[in-house]
Amino acid sequence: MKAIHIEDLTRDYDGLRAVDHISFSVEAGQIFGFLGPNGAGKTTTLHLLLGLLEPTEGQAKVLGFDTRSEGDQVRARTGSLLEHAGVYEQLTAEDNLEFYGRAYRMPVVQRKARIKQLLSQMSLWERRNDRVANWSKGMKQKLALARAVLHEPRLVFLDEPTAGLDVVSANAVREDLAALAEHEGVTVFLTTHNMSEAERLCQTVAVIREGKLVAIGSPDELRARSGGPRLEIVGRGFAPKVLDLLRARPEVVAVEAQNGHLSIDLRGDMDTAPLVSAAVSAGVEVQEVRRGKASLEEVFLTLMEEDA
Amino acid sequence: MKDDILAVMWKERKAMFRVQGRRTQTLLTMLSPLLLSIWLPFETGLDWLERSMSLLLAFIVSFILVGITIPDSFAGERERHTLPTLLASRLPDRAILFGKIASAVIFAWGAALLFLLVSLITINVTHWQGHIMFFKPSVLLADVSISLLVALLTAGLGVVFSLRSSTVQQAQQATMSVLLLPAMLLQFGMLFILRSESAKQTLNDTLGALSFGQLIALVVSILALAAAAVLWLALARFRRARLILSQ
Repeated sequence: MKAIHIEDLTRDYDGLRAVDHISFSVEAGQIFGFLGPNGAGKTTTLHLLLGLLEPTEGQAKVLGFDTRSEGDQVRARTGSLLEHAGVYEQLTAEDNLEFYGRAYRMPVVQRKARIKQLLSQMSLWERRNDRVANWSKGMKQKLALARAVLHEPRLVFLDEPTAGLDVVSANAVREDLAALAEHEGVTVFLTTHNMSEAERLCQTVAVIREGKLVAIGSPDELRARSGGPRLEIVGRGFAPKVLDLLRARPEVVAVEAQNGHLSIDLRGDMDTAPLVSAAVSAGVEVQEVRRGKASLEEVFLTLMEEDA
Repeated sequence: MKDDILAVMWKERKAMFRVQGRRTQTLLTMLSPLLLSIWLPFETGLDWLERSMSLLLAFIVSFILVGITIPDSFAGERERHTLPTLLASRLPDRAILFGKIASAVIFAWGAALLFLLVSLITINVTHWQGHIMFFKPSVLLADVSISLLVALLTAGLGVVFSLRSSTVQQAQQATMSVLLLPAMLLQFGMLFILRSESAKQTLNDTLGALSFGQLIALVVSILALAAAAVLWLALARFRRARLILSQ
């Protein structure tokens, strides 16, 4: 079943095209990463999916509801953590969740139990009566995440949930997010420009640039599309004649040496022993050899540079 | 819809006194009406219960208390970056709008009625006649209805400006400027009338021909129409897309 289905979705602002005829679907139950640099159209797409903005052209269906005419139905069945945490800092953590529990018409007993469950799960229960204003940004973001899933929505929209957090807080939020997705079975639509986050959490990623969808697939598929297997050699003696020798071999696509690292892009999954032997014979002193693939970040950078 | 409005009112009530400095500001603002509700009836005597003097108190309390709380309704949410999340929730437009208006109106109207009660107690204590005295029914009706309508009118206008303002201060300034405009125009009109003998005579004849009840009914009708118009305007101006884009 598809949680989100988008066809030719387009949105213009005063002559500027923020989202340009994008089409894709998100399967129910998966974490879907929506990647793009700042200003690529991620947040606008998210606002369109929530029915907060009307598309200029095209249409989007979220959980089977048309976002243009049934935005209220979409908002009733989804949760969201937008660009800002959106927590009421003058209220306590419990009051923040209490308000949204009331807004989603959760029965009192269920509401209280759910608030306790979520705050405990995120290690915030002991601080439930604190005014949120006194909390760190990471704690506020965790509270916002709890608020987004409070009413047990089938789909959650998260707009860069770890942006601006330190490494420890960002990791804590990611762990909470992964645990929630696993335990609650919700579909997560995650916008981010953090590639390692997308690589770690998402089953499918879509890349948007200047409002246009430039790639979609699993992280592995994108890596395979943008680059084959790779061999990394750490050592010394990467002289220009050695690099030329390696470039001449049929299994080699590209060779690059930098700071004692030799990076060799390969044509396919083949035995790399002859290649290493050839490098050693040419005078390379090898300290370490490892096989790998292009990271999602490299794929992303390639996609951003293509036709730019 | 009722439950949704109540949910918004619950949050507004919780937040009303918890914004840093707001509690002190509100308590200080209530100090002057409190003093007025003691001093005015003490000075006026039994006329306070029989004539329209208490209307001044009912008007001031409603006007000022709504005036300080309503600009925060949307501009405050925008300033604190909580508006997009609120708009992305399932709460309907009308519940968000009317929940915020109702919170400000009930707070101000409740305070107006409380101060009227304080003034009644003051009169009974300072001008004791051997039995408990009460407002003349027409005066009480005028106090109750006019304070409610002034609160509604101020809240409606305040929300219209709060929806468009990027800061609470901007919303406060815009609301107060517009609300003070009719008072200034009325004052200029009165100055003009007082300079012209014929205009003064016409005004005296017109007002003289009206009973207290008729005059109050006229004022209530004008205020009710104005309040309905600004509430309709607020509803028409509340657009999720516009609010999201103004972030």
